[in-house]
Order: sequence, then C-alpha cells, then structure tokens
Amino acid sequence: MSVIALSPKSDAPVKTAKDTAEARALRETTPTQWFPYAAPQARARDPRDTAFSFRDISRKFGDKTVLDNIDLDVPAGQFLAVIGKSGCGKSTLLRLLTGLDKPTTGTLTVNKGENGENRTRIMFQEPRLLPWARIAKNVEVGLTGIAGGEGAREKSLAILREVGLADRAGEWPSVLSGGQRQRVALARALVAHPYILALDEPLGALDALTRIEMQQLLERIWLQQKFTAVLVTHDVAEAVALADRVIVIDRGRIALDLDIPLDRPRRHGSPELARLEGQILDTLFGEKAG
Amino acid sequence: MKATGQILKNATGWALPAVILLVWEIAARTGLISPNVMAAPSAVAEAFWRLLLSGELIRNIGVSTARALSGFVIGGSIGLAFGLANGLSGLSRNLTDTTLQMVRNIPHLALIPLVILWFGIDEQAKLFLVALGVFFPIYVNTLLGIQSVDPQLVEMGRVYGMSRTTLFFRVILPGALPAIFVGLRYALGIMWLTLIVAETIAASSGLGYMAMQAREFLLIDVVVLSILIYALLGKLADSFARLLERLTLQWHPAFQTA
Repeated sequence: MSVIALSPKSDAPVKTAKDTAEARALRETTPTQWFPYAAPQARARDPRDTAFSFRDISRKFGDKTVLDNIDLDVPAGQFLAVIGKSGCGKSTLLRLLTGLDKPTTGTLTVNKGENGENRTRIMFQEPRLLPWARIAKNVEVGLTGIAGGEGAREKSLAILREVGLADRAGEWPSVLSGGQRQRVALARALVAHPYILALDEPLGALDALTRIEMQQLLERIWLQQKFTAVLVTHDVAEAVALADRVIVIDRGRIALDLDIPLDRPRRHGSPELARLEGQILDTLFGEKAG
Repeated sequence: MKATGQILKNATGWALPAVILLVWEIAARTGLISPNVMAAPSAVAEAFWRLLLSGELIRNIGVSTARALSGFVIGGSIGLAFGLANGLSGLSRNLTDTTLQMVRNIPHLALIPLVILWFGIDEQAKLFLVALGVFFPIYVNTLLGIQSVDPQLVEMGRVYGMSRTTLFFRVILPGALPAIFVGLRYALGIMWLTLIVAETIAASSGLGYMAMQAREFLLIDVVVLSILIYALLGKLADSFARLLERLTLQWHPAFQTA
C-alpha cells in the first residue's frame, strides 16, 4: 500500500507516473469503508508523498549511454524492485539515487529530512562492515551526524534486537557468518530510520536458505518502519515476492513497469507469483525468442 | 593447566640457546676454543657484573638507547607524515614520491663519510643516520597501508555521510595500521643496525664505542657482552612493537585467540 492512497481529501490527482492497482482500488471506495470506526481526516499534503522522482535522467559514460531518459516517480512507502540483466544500468540508477554518482542530464528529486540531512541509506551486496569496529559500533556508523554517544548506543542495540543479533553487539565482524554480517549491515542501514533504503543485490551472495530468511526479515521490518525500499536484484522470484511494484530495465530504459497487487505475506511458489514472474522473464528475454 | 602449557611453550624457545651456552662454556673451559678468539659465557657474565658495578654499562646503554629512540622518533614521524600525505593526496604523491624512491635506493650507511664531514662525530651525525634509516620503512609501509585500504569501505563511509576527518580516523587509519606496524618493526631493526655501525665508526660514548674500546685492549669478554646486549635491546624493541600490535589490532583475525 502506498501513502497517496491515504490522502482521500486531496482533490487534485496525485501526480505519480504510475498508480498502483491497490491505490486505484482504494480510491474508488469511500474512506469510511477503509476505516469504518474512524472519521477520515483531511491531511495536509505531505511533502513526503513522493519519495523520489527521476525526470528525464540520462547517464553517459563517454559514448556509452547507460541510462536513457528515465522517468520514474516512487511514492513514499512503496517497495520497488528493479530488475535487469548485468550491465543494464540498474546499479547506476541506485548510485544516482544515493548520490554516489551524478546524472549527465535530467533532474533527480529526493526527499530529505527536515533539516535537509541525508535520509537515504544503501545496503551493498557485501556487508562492508568495518573489521576494526565491534558490531554495535558498526551499526552506529549509520547514525553518523545524527546521533552519538549513549543515544547512538541505545538505538544501535534496539535495531540489533530487531534483526536478532543483540547478543552479538560486543563481537568483531570477523567471527560472524555471512548472513549475520548482512543482517548487521541491514541494521546499520535502518538505525537512522531512513526515508529511502536502497538495496544493491544485498542477498546475492547468501545461500538459498539464509536468503529466504533475510527476505522475510526485510519484509517484516519494511512493514514496521514503512520506508521506501528500492531493491535492485537479478532474482525475479525475489522481486515478485517482496515488491509492490517491479520495473524492468533494458538497455537503459524502463521496459516494463508492473504492479504486484498481492497480499502479504506472500507464499513462495504460489501460482500468481509464478504468473507475474513469467511475465517479467518474457520481457527480459523477449517473447519473440520463445 | 593452560598456564603451565603456556610456560612450557615459552620455555621451548629458550631451550636451544641454553644448550648452546652450555656447549660453549664447556668448549671454552676445556681449551677447545682459544680465549683469544672467544670468551667463555662465564667470562662474559663476569665482564657484565664488573661493568655494571662501575656504572659504565648503564651509562653506555642509556646513551645508545637515547640516540636510537630520538633518531627513531624524528625519522619515524617524518616518514609517517609523508606516508599519510602521499597516501591521501595525489598531488603530494606526484610531487614527492619519485624523489623519495630515488633516495631510498641509496644505502643510508653509504652516507657515513659525508655525514662525518657534515656533522663530525657529534650526536647529530648518529641522529641523522638513524632518522634516515628509519624513515623509509615507515614511509613505504604507511603509503602502502593507505593505498590498500578497501575502497568499498571508503565508499560506504562517504555514503553514510562521514566527514573527511571522521573517514580518516574511523576507516583509513585503522585500515592502514597493520601495514604501518610492519614498517614499524622493520624500522626498529634498522634503527639498531644503523646505530651500531655509526657508533663503531665514530663515537666517544655508547655501546658501539664500548665494544671498539674493548677491542683496542683485547677485552674479548666485553666485545661479546656488547654484541649480546645489542641482541637483547633489539629483541626488547621488537617485543614492544608486537605488544602494541596486539593491543591495537585486536579485531584482526590473526591476533584473535580462540
């Protein structure tokens, strides 16, 4: 579900490139139907309604165009998955979003914190923990410039409890398993309550079982914290299992923009997931080939 | 159980030197080794006691250690400063690295005649030589350490909004520390080596001077004693560096005891 759907009194249609099917369905019902016991309240338009938007964004490296006029609006709270073959530009998209790279042309608007602080966090494919800092200290890196000292300590312990590693707070990263390290990296990304969490194939290096465990953890925390998630992956099953919306990038363009209007928790291997998965794979590999 | 095991493990390292000492003593006493060639361990111990009582030994060790350490501090801090500067700034590296690498290829002990011409046999000559000898291992390893810091960690630090200072103290310096320690231990070895050579050639005090004086008077026991003390001081410096290493690199898997 997305935040725009919760602004029933805003008459002007919210300008997003793509409304989710869920949002459309919600808009067609009257507010009293969704909250039968609470009178709907007029809500001031929250500037956070759109988490970020790409407007005609291109990124070229020399002659090579990696991203070609991308237009993308993502409402706050959405779980977006970005799929594409290697080298399609999906990682570049994430680097632009997190400010690691600048677009060649076009404008990128990202919602910042109240004081303009950076509230976008990224989780990399590798945990990238500081080997010389204990687990709790590594999580506190996520609070750089936001909190320090005792407050940071408490926050980091709280989020470590959330990912099930509170008892490892005093250990060195080298003694943790790959999955545990990635959970610490997730805790570090989430400790400052980001508006946007960018995930660059964070589960790619994990074994299949740890992966499913991590997907569930990620979904649970996303449902709790309601940040906007952008998951770059090449695992189509993972994308449809987790995301509200999947976009497929091919040769620098958005080749498919698909809503996944399924209830959560989703069951691995259900027929609806399989159908959507098939649709995405067709786009990726071209129906004409099959 | 564990403690006795540890003691036993430490003791095994000393077993061989003990046997060597014993064989040496026996060979000297039976006349197998002529007293003009090598003094017996007991004679060396006697010389140690004699010089200790006269205060000569302590004074000379003090003089030599003070020289070694001040040369080390001067050369080491300049080396560290250049290593950090060239590791962090491409401009600084382009400007100075080629020159430093050229100077590095001159054996610093080859400068002794020149140094004597410049400084005579005063303290500055020894400080200069030690500082020069210590400079390069520290410089090269600090530079290497900073260049080998995982760029992914640096990128992570940037994304999380670390300022340049925070990035340096939280990511770059700790990452470079293992290499800096390698340089430190090399430098300590070179520090003693340089000092011995400098003191043997031109000095009026210090352990090297003591050994040279003893040679003049054919006091073989004192010569052997000086050499042994050099060995001990070198070992002491190395142990100190290892202790520092263990304290600061606790996170490193190589320093973790299961």
